[in-house]
Amino acid sequence: MSHYFMIFFNSVFIDNIALTFFLGMCTFIAVSKKVDTAIMLSAAVIVVEVITVPVNNLLYTFLLKKGALAWAGYPNLDLSFLGLICYIGVIAAIVQILEMALDKYFPALYNALGIFLPLITVNCAILGAALFMVERDYNVMESTVYGAGVGVGFGLAICLLAGIREKLVYSDIPKGLRGVGVTFIIVGLMAMSFKAFSGLQF
Amino acid sequence: MAKAKDALLDPLFNNNPIALQILGICSALAVTNKMSTALTMTVAVVLVTACSNAAISAIRNHIPNSIRIIVQMTIIATLVIIIDQMLKAYLYEMSKALSVYVGLIITNCIVMGRAEAYAMKNPVGLSLLDGIGNGLGYGAVLLSVGFVRELFGSGKLFGVTILNTVNNGGWYVTNGLMLLAPSAFFLIGFIIWGLRTWKPELQE
Repeated sequence: MSHYFMIFFNSVFIDNIALTFFLGMCTFIAVSKKVDTAIMLSAAVIVVEVITVPVNNLLYTFLLKKGALAWAGYPNLDLSFLGLICYIGVIAAIVQILEMALDKYFPALYNALGIFLPLITVNCAILGAALFMVERDYNVMESTVYGAGVGVGFGLAICLLAGIREKLVYSDIPKGLRGVGVTFIIVGLMAMSFKAFSGLQF
Repeated sequence: MAKAKDALLDPLFNNNPIALQILGICSALAVTNKMSTALTMTVAVVLVTACSNAAISAIRNHIPNSIRIIVQMTIIATLVIIIDQMLKAYLYEMSKALSVYVGLIITNCIVMGRAEAYAMKNPVGLSLLDGIGNGLGYGAVLLSVGFVRELFGSGKLFGVTILNTVNNGGWYVTNGLMLLAPSAFFLIGFIIWGLRTWKPELQE
C-alpha cells in the first residue's frame, strides 16, 4: 500500500509533470487564464490519464514488449519500436470514445468541457506519462496510480497558476513582459517552490 | 523568391514558434541544460517539421478533411520513430540523455501546428522551407537557452571547459540553479521580454 502511495505522492509533488518535466506546457500556458476553465481541464486530464496509462501498459506488456508475443509463436519478436505510434493511436481513440460517451450520457459535462477534450490528444503530458510508464517498468496497478498522480499533479499546477494569473490583472507589468512573458517567470517561481518537495523522502 | 525567403526567415524572429506562437515549449525547456542535447533536439525537430510539412503538402489535395488529423499524426509519428531509431543506433548515449523527449516530438505543437496552418494550404517547396524555418526558429531559442544554462551552470560549452570551476581548482563558482528546471522558464521569459521590447509591434 505504501508503495502505491509513494508513486502517487511522487508524481503529484516531487516529479510534477508540468513543473519538473515541462510536459503539457502549451495547454498549461494557454488555458490558465481563468480558474473555472483550469478546473474543467484538470478534471478532463485526470480522467484521460487514469484510463490511457493502464491501457497503454497492457498494450506494451502483452503485445509490444520483447517476448510478449511468445503465445503466438514469436518468442524473439520485439515490437517496442512501434510504441510511439501505438500509444498516440490509443490516446486519440480513447479521447474520441470518451467524447462520444460524454455527449450521449452526460451532455452537461460534455458542453462544459467543450474544446478541451479533443485538445487533450495532443497534450504532451498524456503521451509523456505513457512513455515514463514504459521507461520505469510499472505494472498495471502501479500505472493506474501513476496516471492518477500525474493527472492530479497537472491539475494542481494549472489551478494554482490560474489563480495567480487572475490576480495579476491588477498589477503594472512592463509592456514587453505582459501576457506570456510574465507567465513564464511565474511558472519558474512555482517550479522553484515545488523543488522544495524534493527533500521529502519516505 | 521573396515569398520563399519569408517562409524561411520569418519564423526566426518575427513569428518565432516558441516566443510568439507559444508552440512546442514542452521539449524546449527540458533538453536545454546542455548544448549537445539542445543541438541534437534542434536537428531532430528541423528534420521532422521539414519532412512532415513536405509530405503533408504533397498529399494535401487527397486528404479527406474529416480524418486529416489522424493522417497528419500518422505521418509525424512515422518520422519521429525513424529519428528515434536512428539516434538509438548511432548516438546511443544521446538518445539516453534525451529520454522520452524524442518521442514527444510527436505531440510537439510546432510540427502539428505548421502542418495544419501552412502545409495544408501551400505547395511542397514553400512548405518545406516553412518547416525548416520553424525548426530553426525553435532551435535558435533552444540553443540560446542552452548556451546560458550550460555556460553558467557547469562552466562548459559542448562539454569543453570554458570557465574553470572551483571544483577543478579554478575560480568560477557554478550556479546550480541554472541546471535545474526553473532557470529555463526565467530565461525564456526574458527572451520573450527582450524580443518584444526590440519589436514593439509584437506586444500584447
